[in-house]
Amino acid sequence: MASENSSNPYDINGSNFNSELYIQRLLKECSLKQIMDHEADTVLDTQTLHSDMQTLVYENYNKFIAATDTVRKMKYDFNQMEESMEKLEKNMENITNLSEKITETLLPDRQKVIKLSSTHSLLKKLQFIFKLPENLKERINEENYSKAVQDYLNAQQVLNQYGDMPSFQGIHKDCEEIIEELKTKLRTEFHKSEASTKSLTESVDLLLQLKEPADLLCEDFLSHADVRLANQLDYLKDMHEKDVIEFVDFGSNGFLSDLCLVVASYKDMFVNRTPQDVHEFSDDFDTKAISRLNTFVMNNMKKYFELVGKRVDNVADTAVLVRALDRFYKRLQAMNVLCENTDFARTGTEIVIAAGRRQCRNHLSNLKQHLHETLAKVRQTLASKVSSDTDGGLPELQAMLTVPIIEKVKGVLQDLLVFLQPELSFGLKPQFLQRFCVDEVREGLVVGFLHHMTATANGFCTNLDTPKFPATLLLLLSKMCLEFKDTSVQYLLTSTDDLFNIEEYAVTKSDLTLHSEINENFQKAAQELLNHFVRLQGLNVSQMLRKSVETRDWLHTIEPRTVRAVMKRVVEDITAIEAQVTVLYDDNDGQIDRSSDSSRKTHSVSRHQYRSNWSSYTPSHLDSSFVSNIHKLFSERIEIFSSVQFNKASILTGIIKISLKTFLECVRLRTFSKYGLQQIQVDTHYLQLYLWPFVSDENLVHFLLDEILGSAVHRCLEPVLMEPSVVDIICERN
Amino acid sequence: MVLRQARAWAAQTAETDSVCFFVGTLSNSVTTKYCIFTIKRTLYPIKLKIVSDTKIIIFQHPIEEIWSMQASPTQVVKFITCYNFLTDNTCQMKAALWNIPKNNDTNDIIPLEKLADIDTTPYENELKTITYHPTDSTKAVSVLDNNFVLWDLNFKPQVVTVGTLTSRGQPKFINGKWNSHHLMDQFGTLIKNSIKDLDFNTLRQYYFATCGDDGFMKFWDIRNTNEPVWSIRINKFHDQLVLTSSSDSRVILSNVALIYSEPFNQIHKDNVYAAEWSAADPWTFASLSYDGRLVINRVPQKYKYQILL
Repeated sequence: MASENSSNPYDINGSNFNSELYIQRLLKECSLKQIMDHEADTVLDTQTLHSDMQTLVYENYNKFIAATDTVRKMKYDFNQMEESMEKLEKNMENITNLSEKITETLLPDRQKVIKLSSTHSLLKKLQFIFKLPENLKERINEENYSKAVQDYLNAQQVLNQYGDMPSFQGIHKDCEEIIEELKTKLRTEFHKSEASTKSLTESVDLLLQLKEPADLLCEDFLSHADVRLANQLDYLKDMHEKDVIEFVDFGSNGFLSDLCLVVASYKDMFVNRTPQDVHEFSDDFDTKAISRLNTFVMNNMKKYFELVGKRVDNVADTAVLVRALDRFYKRLQAMNVLCENTDFARTGTEIVIAAGRRQCRNHLSNLKQHLHETLAKVRQTLASKVSSDTDGGLPELQAMLTVPIIEKVKGVLQDLLVFLQPELSFGLKPQFLQRFCVDEVREGLVVGFLHHMTATANGFCTNLDTPKFPATLLLLLSKMCLEFKDTSVQYLLTSTDDLFNIEEYAVTKSDLTLHSEINENFQKAAQELLNHFVRLQGLNVSQMLRKSVETRDWLHTIEPRTVRAVMKRVVEDITAIEAQVTVLYDDNDGQIDRSSDSSRKTHSVSRHQYRSNWSSYTPSHLDSSFVSNIHKLFSERIEIFSSVQFNKASILTGIIKISLKTFLECVRLRTFSKYGLQQIQVDTHYLQLYLWPFVSDENLVHFLLDEILGSAVHRCLEPVLMEPSVVDIICERN
Repeated sequence: MVLRQARAWAAQTAETDSVCFFVGTLSNSVTTKYCIFTIKRTLYPIKLKIVSDTKIIIFQHPIEEIWSMQASPTQVVKFITCYNFLTDNTCQMKAALWNIPKNNDTNDIIPLEKLADIDTTPYENELKTITYHPTDSTKAVSVLDNNFVLWDLNFKPQVVTVGTLTSRGQPKFINGKWNSHHLMDQFGTLIKNSIKDLDFNTLRQYYFATCGDDGFMKFWDIRNTNEPVWSIRINKFHDQLVLTSSSDSRVILSNVALIYSEPFNQIHKDNVYAAEWSAADPWTFASLSYDGRLVINRVPQKYKYQILL
C-alpha cells in the first residue's frame, strides 16, 4: 500500500502528488456537491497545517536565543578560572622546596637507628644461645622433651656455624652433653616396659629428629614391641582354660590391636614420611624397613596362629567353636587391610579348616567309640543270655546295631552344619567350603566311619583259634553289614551330600568315594563274616566229632545199642544254630517244606538208594573200592570251605559240610573192629535222619556220610555191617 | 598208577641222579606192598603210566599198614617206616629201619630187609612220625604223644634223649620237623591238632610254614610266634615255591613271593595227604592221594622261567 501510495499521484500526502491529475480526477469522478465538500475539507486542512507551521517556527526561535545567552556566560567564567590556576601553581612550588630542605636535615639520624636495631636482634640471639643449656635442662626436667628438641634444633645451625669460636665451644659442648643426656633419657623411656605405643612413637619421633640412626631405631622399636606382644601372647597362653570366645576376643582386642598399632606407628615413623624428611634416610632404608616390619609381623602372627590353632583344637561345643572362629576370622580380614603384603586370611582359613577337621575327627572318634560301646553291649547281652531262648532278643540286638548308629551320624552332621551358616565370615570362602564339606565331612567323617565299620567287621574274621566273642555276634554283624549295604549307606551319603552341597563343592567327581564302592565293602564284609561264622560253628561241631572219634578205643567196643551221645549233641547244636539263623536270615531260596509226610517219603527213598552202595558189600576190597570210585566219578566235587549265600539253608549246609568232613578225616585215621564199624554205621544213619532237613541239597549229606561209612569199612579189620532194619530201630528209639 | 589206599610218602633224599619217591601203602588186607618209583629226570612226567622210562619197583613190607616213612639222607638204600602193627584186636604203632636189597632189576615183588626195630613202646603208643636228621643219617627223632625221642641209629637204634612236654590240657605232638639251620640241631614240633604239617625254609633260618584244618597256609617267623591242608613242602632250592596238598583232592603250587598259585586239581579223586619235592630235581614234585593215585608233576615252564630269569 505504501509503495502504491508513494507512487500514487493521487495521494495528497504522497511525495509524487500531482495536483493537476488530482483535480482532473475529482472533476471526472465526483458530483458537484462532493466537489464542494471536498474543497471545504481541503481549505480546512490547509488552514490547520498553516497554523502548525507557524507554532514550530516560533518555538525554534526561542531556543536559539537561549543558547546564545549560555555561550556568553561561559566565556566570562573561563576567564576567572585561569587566574586561580596560576595562583595554585605558585603555591606548589613553595611546598616542594620546603620538603627537600627537611629531608636533607634528617638523613644522618636515620642510618644510626637502623644500625642500632640490627645490633639489638643479634644480641637477643646470642642471649638465647647462652641461655640454651639452662633452658634445655629446664625443659628436660619439665619432661617437655619435644620443646627441648625444638630449641636445640633451632640453635644447632648457629652453633655449627660458630662452633670454632672459643666462647661458643663451651656452649656447644654443654648443649651436646645435655642432648646426649636427653637421648639416653628418651632411650630409657623407650625401653620402659610399661610405655604405651603412643609415647613410644613420640620418643622415636624425637630421636629421629635428633638424627639418631633410623636403622637402629627400627630395630629397637620392633624389639621393644616384640617384648610387649610376647607378654600379650603369654597372657593368652594362660587363658587356655577359659572360654574359647573369650580367648579369641582377648586375642583380637589385645594382641591384634596392639600389633596393628605398632604397625601403623611404625609405618608413620619410618615408612610414610613426608618428602622433605626423606633425605634423612638412605635410599634403601625404605625397603629394609618394610622387610624388617614384615618379618616382625610374620613372626608375631605365626606365634598367634599357633596359639589360636592350639586353642581351637580342643573345643567340644561346635556352635561355640564356630562363633569363636567367626570372630577370629573377621578380625583377620581387618588385619589384611593393614598389611597388604601378606594374606593372613589364607592362614586364617587354614586354621578354620584345621579346626573343622579337628571337629570332624573328634566326631569320628566319638562315633567309633559309640560303635565299640554298642558292640561291647551287644556282646555282653549275647554272653549273658541263657542259651536256650536263642531267638528272643536277636532282632532287638540287630536294631541296636543299626538305628542308633545312623541317628548318631545324623546328629553329628547336624552339629557340623553350624560351620555352613551363611552369615559366617569364612563361610563364603570356596577354599574352606570345598575342603571342609568334601574332604572333611564327607570323605573324612562319613566315608571314614563307614570304612571303619567294615574294618571293624572284618576284624572279627581274622582269628579262628580263640574267639573271645559269641559266634552269634558274627551273624548279627553280617546282617548289619547287609542292612547298611541295602539302605543305610545310600541314606547316609545322600543326606550328607544334600546337607553339605557336595555336588557343588566337589572339584572333580573322582574325589568322592562312590556309594557302590562302600556298598561293595559292606557286601564283602557281610560275606566274610558269614563265611567266618560258618567256619567257626563248623569247627566247633568238628571239635566234638573229632574228640569223640579220637578218644574211643574202636577195637574194643561193644555191639552198638544206641546212638552215641555226641551225635545227639551235634544235632542239638545244629538245631540251635538254625534257630539263631532263622531269626536273621529267612530261607528265601524257595526250598520245599520237607516236614510234610510226602517229602519224608521221597527222602527215605533216596536213603534206600544210598544204602544200596554198602548193603551189597562183600569182603572183597576191590569191589567196594571200585564202587566208591565210580560213585565219585559221577558226583560233583564238594567245596568244603566255599562261600555261603545269605540264606539259612546255605549257612547250615556250610556248617554241616565242615563237620562231616572232619568226621571223615578222623575216621580214616583210626582202625575199627566189627562193632566199631557198626557203631559208625548207627551214628551216620542217625545223622542222616536228622541233618537232611537243614541243608539245601540232601544228596550232599548222603554223599559225605557214605564216604565216612566207606572209609570206616576200609579201616575195619572185620568189615561186617549191621542189618539196616536194626540200625533203623536203634535210631528210631533215640 | 592205582595203588591201595596210601598215606606214607617220601622222596628218596639220598638219590641225586634220578627222581625217586617212596610210597607206603595203607591197607589192612592180606597183601600189602611197598613201592619205590624211579623216574629219570629227563622226562616230562605227566602221568606215570604213559612214561616208558618210569620204573616202578614193588617191595614187600612184611608188616601191614605204613603210616609214615622217610628215606635216609645219605644212604640210598635205607629208610625208616612207622607202621601199624595189628595183633589180637589191638593195634600198635611201631617203627623199623629197612634196607633195599641190591638185586632189584626183576619185576617181581622184592622182600625188604629189616635192619632193626626202633622200639618206641616205652614212650607211649601214639607214634606219629620218625624223621631223619636232614644231613646225618645216624640221627632221627620220633614224635609220640607228648614226647619226642632222639635216636642214634649207628648200629642198633639207641635212645639219646627224650623231651617231654607237660602243660595244661595235656597237649600232644602231632608232627615234627628238623630245622636245618642252627648247627643242624633244632627240631620243631607241632602241638595243635588242627595243624597238620610244617616245613622249614632251608634258605632262611627263621622262617617256617604251617598248614591246617582252616585251609590256610601260614608263614611264620620263628622269632615271634594257626590252619584242612594236610601237607606243606617248601622247595629246598627256590624258597618261594611252596607245595600244598589238601583233603579237597587238590595239590596247589604257590609262589609265595609273587602270591600266585596254580592248582593241579584235575588228577586226584580223593584226599591228597602227602606232597613232596623231589630230592634230585628241584622242579619236580609228586603228590599222593588216599585212593593210591600218585601224580608226578613239574613246575610249569612259565613259572620256572619267571623264577630263573
